[in-house]
Amino acid sequence: MEICRRKNQIEISELDPFLAELLRQIPASANREGAPAAEERIFSAPTNGSETEFRSEWRMYVEPELRRLFQTAAQTVAGDLEQLNGNEKNLANRTLRIPTKHADAWLNALNQARLVIAVKNSFTETELNDHLHSPIGSRRDLSLFQVNFYGFLQEFILRELEC
Amino acid sequence: MSVEPLWGEVAEPLIRGIIVLPNNAAPSTIGAPTIEEETREEEALDVPWQVVVHNDPVNLMSYVIMVFQRVFGYPRDKAERHMLEVHHKGRSILWSGMREPAELYVQQLHGYLLLATLEKVY
Repeated sequence: MEICRRKNQIEISELDPFLAELLRQIPASANREGAPAAEERIFSAPTNGSETEFRSEWRMYVEPELRRLFQTAAQTVAGDLEQLNGNEKNLANRTLRIPTKHADAWLNALNQARLVIAVKNSFTETELNDHLHSPIGSRRDLSLFQVNFYGFLQEFILRELEC
Repeated sequence: MSVEPLWGEVAEPLIRGIIVLPNNAAPSTIGAPTIEEETREEEALDVPWQVVVHNDPVNLMSYVIMVFQRVFGYPRDKAERHMLEVHHKGRSILWSGMREPAELYVQQLHGYLLLATLEKVY
């Protein structure tokens, strides 16, 4: 896989079927349905105290806005990922081009996906910081690889935004 | 300075004209409104509040720095100092001031999926 900036696009080329599939899973991975703990993390409490009135107002007025923001980001990413749709046998050496104006949406959707996967798998800080983890041998290992791969993409997008 | 003469000279004849009070009716005893409770609420809003960001092992350090720069307009070195404080101490106070802007900052931080809370300064 190669990743580079070309004019107003971030180009991810030489995508093998495995990594292409991981990319295609970003919107689904960010889905919190049926995972209350993930929902709780994404919509965390605005206070540590017992301000019940403020918290209920937050749920009523702020959370719907946040929900829309997260959904829009996931939809933008899903739209860009349509480039990877097609004949499954031809996934090898695919190229994905992300318009730089979609960079914020990608950062957000990747973060949603990483947080949801981490919560669903109850990854510890040690696990998340272990970038030299052994090869994938279980579903859990695959999820950890997914979190790290999405993190790598975030790092690259951030670097490009700084340029 | 007392307000009673004004009340007696102006308000009472007016009320008599509207409601048709009998001439021998006792003078009105309506007192001045009390706003004690409202004042207390305003004072509570004026108390300084702080925006606190809490450690989260998932969010990337570089991402957190970018968010602090964008939300608070901090230069990179200041944003980095706060990020490191969050990382090492578990939390960092990013901003303090009036409640309303503090709420907006927390909302923005939640939009970036950071763990942020609003706390009263004691």
